[in-house]
Amino acid sequence: MSSLFGNILKGWTDYTKGIEEGGHHEYEHMWGMVIDLDKCTGCNACSVACYAENNIATVGEEKYVARQSMQWLRVERYFDEPDIDPGAIDDENAMQERGASFLPMMCQQCNAATCEPVCPVAATYHTPDGLNAQIYNRCIGSRYCANNCPYRLRVFNFYSYTDENGAWPEPMKQQLNPDISVREKGVMEKCTFCIQRINAAKDKAKMENRQVTEGEVKTACQQTCPTQAIMFGDLLNPESKVTQAWVRQQIKLGKYKQDRENPTLRGYRIFEELNTDPSVLYLERVREE
Amino acid sequence: MSEAALKHLSETQTKDIDENIAWAKINRDVLRSMENPRRGYWIAMAISVALFSVMIYAEVYQYIYGMGPALLNTSHMWDLYISTFVFWIGMSHSGTLLSAILHLVHADWRKPIYRFAEAMTTFSLMTAGIFPVIHLGRVWNFYWVMPYMTDRGIWPNFRSPLIWDAFAITTYLTSSVLFLYIGMIPDLAICRDNTTGWRKKLYTWLSLGWHGDDRQWRNFRITYLMIACFLIPLAVSVHSIVSMDFAMAIMPGWHVTTFPPYFVAGALYSGCAAIITLFILLRYFFKFEEYMTFPILDKVCKLTFVIAMVWSYLNLVEFASVWYGHDIPSKEVLLAKAYGPYAPFFWGMIAFGMFLPFALLSKWVRRNMKLLFVVSVLLNVGMWLERWMIVTPTLSMSYHPWGWNIMWPGWVEWAMVGGSFGWFGMLFLIFVKVFPCVSMYEVKEMVFHRKRTIYEDVDEMMVLHKGAPTAVEAGSTKNGGS
Repeated sequence: MSSLFGNILKGWTDYTKGIEEGGHHEYEHMWGMVIDLDKCTGCNACSVACYAENNIATVGEEKYVARQSMQWLRVERYFDEPDIDPGAIDDENAMQERGASFLPMMCQQCNAATCEPVCPVAATYHTPDGLNAQIYNRCIGSRYCANNCPYRLRVFNFYSYTDENGAWPEPMKQQLNPDISVREKGVMEKCTFCIQRINAAKDKAKMENRQVTEGEVKTACQQTCPTQAIMFGDLLNPESKVTQAWVRQQIKLGKYKQDRENPTLRGYRIFEELNTDPSVLYLERVREE
Repeated sequence: MSEAALKHLSETQTKDIDENIAWAKINRDVLRSMENPRRGYWIAMAISVALFSVMIYAEVYQYIYGMGPALLNTSHMWDLYISTFVFWIGMSHSGTLLSAILHLVHADWRKPIYRFAEAMTTFSLMTAGIFPVIHLGRVWNFYWVMPYMTDRGIWPNFRSPLIWDAFAITTYLTSSVLFLYIGMIPDLAICRDNTTGWRKKLYTWLSLGWHGDDRQWRNFRITYLMIACFLIPLAVSVHSIVSMDFAMAIMPGWHVTTFPPYFVAGALYSGCAAIITLFILLRYFFKFEEYMTFPILDKVCKLTFVIAMVWSYLNLVEFASVWYGHDIPSKEVLLAKAYGPYAPFFWGMIAFGMFLPFALLSKWVRRNMKLLFVVSVLLNVGMWLERWMIVTPTLSMSYHPWGWNIMWPGWVEWAMVGGSFGWFGMLFLIFVKVFPCVSMYEVKEMVFHRKRTIYEDVDEMMVLHKGAPTAVEAGSTKNGGS
């Protein structure tokens, strides 16, 4: 009984502390990301790397058009000039001069994730690393989490892709990443911030009896980005590049409204006002006037 | 009954029930309805079984190939499965309204019609319960949502509205099955005394040795009243909890505080409309003109109209609060409902749900059985559209622009929706032939009460009771009084 109340009281202390200090207290790590949209060229290499690293099924054109793709990381295109007729997409002169803006979107690893409380079987939960984790074996596929994700960043295995006609016909099976499972139909999945790499680095550090150092973990998208638009690191480590970027941009975790001294700073978090407290910081693209 | 006789009846029938009906006739009429089915019954049964078979085929197909053929996509994860689930949960509320709430307020006109309404409650819950299971990606693991003991100590997530759903529905289903069954015991005893063969065995077993003595009646009344009292808060809470599937989410158009009362009103509304539909069908096919009378139909229609107005009001409140709340995404979803790709269905819902009920005010409509049947079916079409318009436009236009898309449900989804009606129809058709769908003992009570003004003071009542049939006869006898 005492442990029950102890847990409740501890939960309350954690909660209040989380409000005051920004959610990441008592974590071992707090993995975060910074994406500089000014550097992003929209080449989609990050997305391809993500497919290769995480055993994501390729679904083919038909299912992609039906929006049943399994993309964990997608590069979204946005056009600034909304008066262009979308029907004239083949007409080169009609395209806007400065091209599209690109927005690479992967799971934002929200600290107040909306997907977590709604899962009936607790298949998605928060790790002490500040990650929003998904347990494939536990998932029963009610898909409530995806419905409640304002970013639409959870993808569902609408079909089975593991058989001979699936995403990996025979010799292709050889290239599956052995560090991560292949998901069956009926399971929800999403970006994990390459948790297999994080765990490998943590294990190595533990064997060598030290802390995980800055730059030791690189996500597949970060590693592949030709313009180095993606930065990844531990927000609890004051030395790390991401922490410095977050401090420079005056963005704090655990807030749905930032009180920044300098309003011209480029940093923003997507849908911060919904109080999801995402861990990915975007740096706005700067256009010439 | 001929056309002319029906017309005559519609003009002369002014009382809820003719208090001079002989008790033996009541028994005879109701028992007759349970006799060997005629051709129309088998046709209806064949259609229901066919629809249900299509659903089974679709489910097997979905089990093998996954959720893809339903054409669900990354934005539209629920669509018709959950909207039809909400629809069937809604259908289940009227039975409780008629049998429990009206029982408590002593509205005795409910007595000839509450049995089939209660059966409808039970069967629509059994239909609704299918949907949260079949919509699962890994349906074979559906029992993981129940908190059962495992040696791994894994529990479901008690914060999830889907878990609350599972609890609420199973509780409601158990109690409404109990309520239906307990309210039927005296009638089952009548059936036992009048049948032979397998029916006799079944009713003997089900009537639990009822022979209608004072002690049994007393215990029966108390039990019935207690379950009625238990059921009323359940009925309200079940649909409130179903609405929390949406209200607890942060999606624009779902995150609405008025959803629980709105859903409960909508549920009572569609349930009452379904009662009118079944009322007309049973009245016509079983020739229950003397029990399911026009004045009772009038009362049900008026009740439906009032609830429809409550629902319309809450609907307008929701629109107004979204509009004046000025939350941009919610407002855009509202506008997309009215002007977007789903607009025909939205306006269909408004037309059928908000304007069509005014037809119930016309006595001409209420006397015209064919027209009233169509109206009542359309009211439920409107309510089904309402549920669809809650689920799908929000998903097609949530916060993130990348997720904006329009989808049309695949054949698997339509098969499931159609099949659910087949399953419901199948259960209901079996019910009307195996169990009395008009409560014999309560109609007798009604006749008795109306004949003798029971609400006078006690002394007078005692005088009146002299010579009246005893309770034993009222419950179970071959040749009832008179």
